[in-house]
Amino acid sequence: MLRLQKLTKTYKTGDQALKAIDLDVPKGQVLALIGPSGAGKSTMIRCINRLVEPTSGEVLLDGVDLVKLGSGALRKARREMGMIFQEYALVERLTVMENVLSGRLGYVGFWRSFLRRYPQSDVDEAFRLLDRVGLLHMADKRADELSGGQRQRVGICRALIQNPKLLLVDEPTASLDPKTSRQIMRLITELCQERGLAAIINIHDVALAQMFVPRVVGLRFGEIVFDGLPSGLTPDKLTEIYGEEDWEATIEKVDDDEEIEAAE
Amino acid sequence: MSHPELDDLLGKGWRKPAFVKNALLRWTLIVGFIAYLIAAYMTIEVDWGRVYEGLDRGWAFVLAFTSPDFISRWSDIWSGLMESIVMTVAASVVGILISIPIGLGAARNIAPLPVYVICRGIVAISRALQEIIVAILLVAIFGFGPLAGFLTLSFATIGFLSKLLAEDIEAMDKVQAEAIRASGARWTQWVNYGVQPQVMPRLVGLSMYRIDINFRESAILGLVGAGGIGATLNTAFDRYEYDTAAAILILIIGIVMALEYLSGIIRARVQ
Repeated sequence: MLRLQKLTKTYKTGDQALKAIDLDVPKGQVLALIGPSGAGKSTMIRCINRLVEPTSGEVLLDGVDLVKLGSGALRKARREMGMIFQEYALVERLTVMENVLSGRLGYVGFWRSFLRRYPQSDVDEAFRLLDRVGLLHMADKRADELSGGQRQRVGICRALIQNPKLLLVDEPTASLDPKTSRQIMRLITELCQERGLAAIINIHDVALAQMFVPRVVGLRFGEIVFDGLPSGLTPDKLTEIYGEEDWEATIEKVDDDEEIEAAE
Repeated sequence: MSHPELDDLLGKGWRKPAFVKNALLRWTLIVGFIAYLIAAYMTIEVDWGRVYEGLDRGWAFVLAFTSPDFISRWSDIWSGLMESIVMTVAASVVGILISIPIGLGAARNIAPLPVYVICRGIVAISRALQEIIVAILLVAIFGFGPLAGFLTLSFATIGFLSKLLAEDIEAMDKVQAEAIRASGARWTQWVNYGVQPQVMPRLVGLSMYRIDINFRESAILGLVGAGGIGATLNTAFDRYEYDTAAAILILIIGIVMALEYLSGIIRARVQ
């Protein structure tokens, strides 16, 4: 469904963030993108919806090359891709409901959105999503009154109300505590399953990635150095992705975590 | 973990690196500035005899505040005050409405370069020309009266508000705006959802402040014939009617304080 071909991004400073990335994501597959800071994870998902303009290569979404689209067609294509951000990126001074409904901006005209007169079906869907993530009673609260975990749930609703085919998720748990991190990862993967969504999840917590996703892609210096099952992430592989370190603790932690999970 | 690099540093004092690294240049700048300052104060001549004579006149002025005369020129004061308020409201609304698009255009992070250059140019012109100078020009074109004052204040509002609004937009949180763009919003929607909520409290606060400034300026513009309470005030001074002048100043102070209080309430509500 999503196919990256020779996707390259060179910043003006000359830094090669992505070096001819080839990647296939079939419909409904959730994959985690791991790698050290500066490996190009964030650049890669931003090149897909062109928040960052790729230097060369193709991004094919159902066969359409997004890189070549003009601004109008790009807006239509962006509707198909929901994005979830590291620091939630909610508009702080808008209400929870406005934040969720902002996911429909690609579908409604300016005056409707300006006057906050969204179609009834959008409003109903917003309420359904808020209920699904357990925040129905927060609809009229301002986004900056919410806790981190709650904000990220609103961020998830905003991405899902776009009715996307693909979720682009940038470090969803980076600013959350370990328990909330797991709840958010579980919520994202469950929702993807319910709706048959594909997702690319940037994450630097290897253990968390291994716990929730069926496929892991490792990025180092803008190149894919690992692509396989989570169980294939051996200490050698992790060294290849992140560099020399004692990996036994990380891998063991996964087992511990699973025990805790089972106990909960 | 001892090694030569560390050993060299141990036992030595530490100072924050100087802002101007070259010591000679640094001291030249400091001494030069102090010398200039002393020389500058010495060129300001004070005629103590004149000050002594002036004290009486100043005292008469201060005493007038104890017996302000609102009555004898009340109809002039009232019409001047109304004219000032009309000028203030009309100029603030027009100025603010024009400032918003220019402020958007003058923000480097959202406007393309040609638009940015034009809008910054407008801001620079508006800010470079002081109100009094603009008012003299506009009085020459449109004649005496509040029309010239209204146009002057609108023009001045644009420079002030556009610049500060643009700076607030440039300092906004990029990620919030990015999230709106990622949803497929068009540019106008992006501004409405991604930018406006972030800058709204500041825009409201600055607008209130500008209304305050416009009212005070309207009292000055009368001095050059551009209408408002300033004309009445000027006449009072010319006739040495300090008690009437005092009454006008008290009214101006009262209105400015009321505006300040109101703006405090409004800013607290939009935070």
